[in-house]
Amino acid sequence: MSDPTPQAEPKSEGSTPRPAAVADAKHAGNGHAQADEHHGHSEHPFLAHHFDTPQQQFEAGKLGIWLFLLTEVLFFAGLFCAYTVYRAIRPEVFVYAHYFLDTRLGAVNTCVLLLSSLTAAWAVRNAQLRQHKHLMVNIVITIACACTFMVVKYFEYSHKVHDGLLWGPNFAPKEQVWELKTFKDKHPEAAEYAEKLAHAAKHAEKAPAGAAAAPAAHGAAAAPDAHGATDEPSEPLPKPTLEQVEPLVAAGLVGEKAESPIGVSRPRNAHVFFSIYFFMTGLHGLHVLIGIGIWIWLLFKAKRGVFGPNYFGPIDYAALYWHLVDLIWIYLFPLLYLIH
Amino acid sequence: MTSPSTTADVVAPKTGSGSDNYLVHDKGFLSWALTLDHKRIGIMYLASVLTAFALGGLFALILRTELLSPGHTIIDHDTYNQMFTLHGAIMVFLVIIPGIPAALGNIALPLQLGAKDVAFPRLNLASYYLWLLGAICMLTSLVMNAADTGWTFYAPYSTTTETAVAPAAMGAFILGFSSIFTGLNFIVTIHKLRPPGMGWFRLPLFIWALYSTALIQVLATPVIGITLLMLTVERLLHIGIFDPALGGDPVLFQHFFWFYSHPAVYIMVVPGFGVIGDLIPVFSRKRIFGYKFIAVSSLAIAFLGFLVWGHHMFVSGQSTLAGSIFSAITFLIAIPTAIKVFNWIATMYKGRIHLDTPMLYALAFLWVFTIGGLTGVFLAVMNVDIHLHDTYFVVAHFHYVMMGGAITALLGGIHYWWPKAFGRMYDEKQGRFGALLVFAGLNITFFPQFIMGSRGMPRRYYNYLPEFQDLHRLSTIGAYMLGLGFLMTAFYLVRSLKSGRPAPANPWGSRTLEWTIPSPPPYYNFHHAPTVTRGPYDDYDTLVYDEKIGGYVEKTPSA
Amino acid sequence: MADHSHGATAGDGHAGGHGDHGFAHTTPLSLLIGILAVLLVLTVLTVSVTSFDLGAQGNLVVAMVIATVKAGLVVTYFMHLRWDRLFHLILFLTSVLFLILFLSMSITDRSEYDRDIESFRASQAQAK
Repeated sequence: MSDPTPQAEPKSEGSTPRPAAVADAKHAGNGHAQADEHHGHSEHPFLAHHFDTPQQQFEAGKLGIWLFLLTEVLFFAGLFCAYTVYRAIRPEVFVYAHYFLDTRLGAVNTCVLLLSSLTAAWAVRNAQLRQHKHLMVNIVITIACACTFMVVKYFEYSHKVHDGLLWGPNFAPKEQVWELKTFKDKHPEAAEYAEKLAHAAKHAEKAPAGAAAAPAAHGAAAAPDAHGATDEPSEPLPKPTLEQVEPLVAAGLVGEKAESPIGVSRPRNAHVFFSIYFFMTGLHGLHVLIGIGIWIWLLFKAKRGVFGPNYFGPIDYAALYWHLVDLIWIYLFPLLYLIH
Repeated sequence: MTSPSTTADVVAPKTGSGSDNYLVHDKGFLSWALTLDHKRIGIMYLASVLTAFALGGLFALILRTELLSPGHTIIDHDTYNQMFTLHGAIMVFLVIIPGIPAALGNIALPLQLGAKDVAFPRLNLASYYLWLLGAICMLTSLVMNAADTGWTFYAPYSTTTETAVAPAAMGAFILGFSSIFTGLNFIVTIHKLRPPGMGWFRLPLFIWALYSTALIQVLATPVIGITLLMLTVERLLHIGIFDPALGGDPVLFQHFFWFYSHPAVYIMVVPGFGVIGDLIPVFSRKRIFGYKFIAVSSLAIAFLGFLVWGHHMFVSGQSTLAGSIFSAITFLIAIPTAIKVFNWIATMYKGRIHLDTPMLYALAFLWVFTIGGLTGVFLAVMNVDIHLHDTYFVVAHFHYVMMGGAITALLGGIHYWWPKAFGRMYDEKQGRFGALLVFAGLNITFFPQFIMGSRGMPRRYYNYLPEFQDLHRLSTIGAYMLGLGFLMTAFYLVRSLKSGRPAPANPWGSRTLEWTIPSPPPYYNFHHAPTVTRGPYDDYDTLVYDEKIGGYVEKTPSA
Repeated sequence: MADHSHGATAGDGHAGGHGDHGFAHTTPLSLLIGILAVLLVLTVLTVSVTSFDLGAQGNLVVAMVIATVKAGLVVTYFMHLRWDRLFHLILFLTSVLFLILFLSMSITDRSEYDRDIESFRASQAQAK
């Protein structure tokens, strides 16, 4: 039984027919090999049957991975959108939250990921130049950096859990924001004033009804009355200065954005920041973990010495994925940790 | 047929049980379950998608039966809500979005390119299994307390209801990845696996349509992915993104949802345009009119489709500013769509029309889709939409474009490529009758809904005023006709697998590459990629019908 | 399909086989390390800028500009787009464009109807 050669159209002058490709076991699907012409596919054991040349296969893979990266950008887009919308309309929540964060750990993670991006790009070079040992070293360093990132992340998360800084209804910070070192260093007068306000509010609670007055926004005096209270006599608070009250308003601790009109509290829906924080960093962390898995798989492949100038695609594609993971962090870091 | 080298033999080779083809090349369950052959994957998709269609259709018939009279007819109101939710979710995510690309595209795309397979065969198989996994996940919702939010999952109801929203949402999430990977695969295939001589403007219009669709799939689907993920996390962890009680914004959910779901409707219908674009020239025996315009209009629709999502949100609390912008841009989409319709009609003008079953579906498409598309423009007008939003007018509009557009084109394509995929001809008389029944049923079901909606009948309502009963009854009768039409079609198609006449390589006289190889094709498709020297709709005159084999062959010089 | 030009692999002191380069363009090692150095400097810069107060939006703008410069370096050199097909660059920029489209419409809309929400909330608070 012969297969008819499908040549319905005559070949035009000057066009070269593409080389015949072998139909191999993969195509049959369950291991039955079909002996056919062997042109070039035996020289390139990693060349799939439906591609003609290693270059075509590589370029197809490259286009494919870029398309995948496109989908990843749009996947994270939703979270960046949620972040941007909330930051635009509820800036006080973000100002409030940033006092709780540790910039140094975030910066360390940024540098770690940048280094791993270098080793990933370097690994592509190694694969192209058939430098098997260097390739494995670079992959190992990439994995090590990624693991370091996850370890730092673990410490960050456990700090937050310990401090009650969780998402949604679980948000219950152990410390008040004006008690934090970050707040005190930046706004010492405001921290002091907030202490006084909190104190006064507590006394006002203990006093009979009608005692507490709401501190108004921007420069108005807060003066809780004292009506024959049995505790310490409370004096009316002096009119606060701008330095004392502005940081509190900016962070939604007092004023119309605050949860409670009495005394000093926290902004309404303060948990939204931490919901977004955990979602974004969590999803990013998941991508780092997946990346670690991919690099481990490639390490084993590299160990077998399969990569060379005609076959380095998998390293190249994995490196591109890894660079995207780095790219996302490059934006996450200032947005989440460097809020001013 | 002694010498295999004449062109006559090439286009009319041996058919029947003696020859090897991709269906019989490897046997056994695993050879299908682990296949990398795009044709087998396409067949699996076809069977799966049509099964899901039957399930979604069953829910539709139950809904329509319930609506025969106001108040309780056969099911209670909560079950009704669950039923329309599952009907919508199954039809949108399991049937129409994968539909033409995954089933017909997988079978025909590499063949039309003279290629051996798609660019990433293993990814293709993965796409299919993701579909299956997503389907199982979604059906889990069905067997638990099925979701009752409507397929649109609007917050805050979806974040707080007791029903099983998470499995349905996560099922759609997984299906999204199936869609993304298929789109990715097709884009790379079209870029990298074209044969020599086939420049971009010699591609069949089906491929232009699949390309545009694939771009939408890749750009838009990740957004619904993150949206559904956020919805599920909100349900489980109460993070407070969408639920106003927790500080969230429900209109933001709608922005996120429709940013994908509007382009999604173009994922549903643009491949349909592609099928029609391939059918009309063949069955008019005439080159397509305005090839470049039709090709580029697919890209234009894909691009514009991303700019109009807010027209689903005119009454949601969206600002008037945003609404005006979305309304204005929506009008623009009518332009490339109209260009297509005009060009198809111009193609038929002075052609020699053959009213075979695929052509009947194509003609049905022209009629029904035009009605659906026009009514979309009515809804794009903000002040009109205020009255028509969430009424049966909208239901009729989208069923006209989805059923009359996407499904009609799917059926046309199935009937067109059936002989190629299975090597069998179906009974043409029954085919024509089925097409007429489907067309009639479609119109009888959904036209009354335009009238009902414009008179104020709201959608998703279990109960209704007695004044609407006659129109509801008419609609239900149409639905049963439609169901009957589909059943008949399924019946004669399946029967043809056993007892249909063996199909020649080119029963319809088409000029695209898949018809130059035997029906069914060999597992490798083409030994060598053929060199292409002309467009896909050129030179129908050089093909002549051969009564003996029941198909078209090249005119031999002596004949 | 255009071939990639063979990149310079000599001159960076790297021992290794220089035989068959195939179709690959190899990024010079010195360039890769140099880019990392610039990225680290920019990171230090972006952290130190936070100690200056540049107004309500100023710090955010500066941070985003620096982040975009860093991103540009990663995309151009680490991700090889400098020497790669134009189409890949178009794809990447398209994804960024759509991200901006999505963000801008959502923010615009939310800012517009936020006034309604706030006035409703104010009237609710007064009613209590």
